[in-house]
Amino acid sequence: MATKKFLYVNRKAPHGSIYAQESLEVVLIAAAFEQDVSLAFVDDGVYQLLQNQDTSALGSKNFSPTYKALGDYDVSKIYVEQESLEIRGLGKDDLMPLVYEDEDDDWAEKDSIHVVSSSELAEIIEQQDVILNF
Amino acid sequence: MSVLHIVNKSPYDRNSLDACLRLAQPDSAILLIEDGVYAALPKASASERVQQAMNNHQIYALQPDLQARGIDPENLIDGISLVDYDGFVKLTTDYDKSQSWL
Repeated sequence: MATKKFLYVNRKAPHGSIYAQESLEVVLIAAAFEQDVSLAFVDDGVYQLLQNQDTSALGSKNFSPTYKALGDYDVSKIYVEQESLEIRGLGKDDLMPLVYEDEDDDWAEKDSIHVVSSSELAEIIEQQDVILNF
Repeated sequence: MSVLHIVNKSPYDRNSLDACLRLAQPDSAILLIEDGVYAALPKASASERVQQAMNNHQIYALQPDLQARGIDPENLIDGISLVDYDGFVKLTTDYDKSQSWL
């Protein structure tokens, strides 16, 4: 099967609707088919990656630790739009650290999160074969 | 005849907060719940509007919704009060009526 470039665009906050959790599940399924997967977090989607989310008082599933499994599924291209962070008063330090092990570099642990400008993200979107929106 | 205004949408996704701030009488209170709690974060583009609203309104944020979203209750816009679920219920009884900006 030919490998295609898949981009998942996440624009919703994590707990107010089911989009974020559904996106994460679809990403993990697609990654199992060894496609070239990238994730973009834009607008309120950047809130999905905030550290220390704890839904215990809500009685809903806390899926935020699952983002840390993305590296194990070879999902290592996670793009966060700088402008979306800035409008919300956030920076990269507010986001959970997400890493992967680079098999081409003696399994060195590397950062999966790339904070990119709007114009950089626009180019990334152009390069994709398939774009899925959540 | 005081009103408790409840906002449950992110200020960056919907205009619910702006509608609330525009139409809330002075001395009514505002309670941020669900995705509305993102308005409590400082240094953001909505922070100034929230800060300004505090001249006329007491503003509350629901603590379990902050916790779920990874927002540190120590790191809110100064002057926002925290309430838990019991506090939420008490607010709805302290005020004559509730207005939810869906």
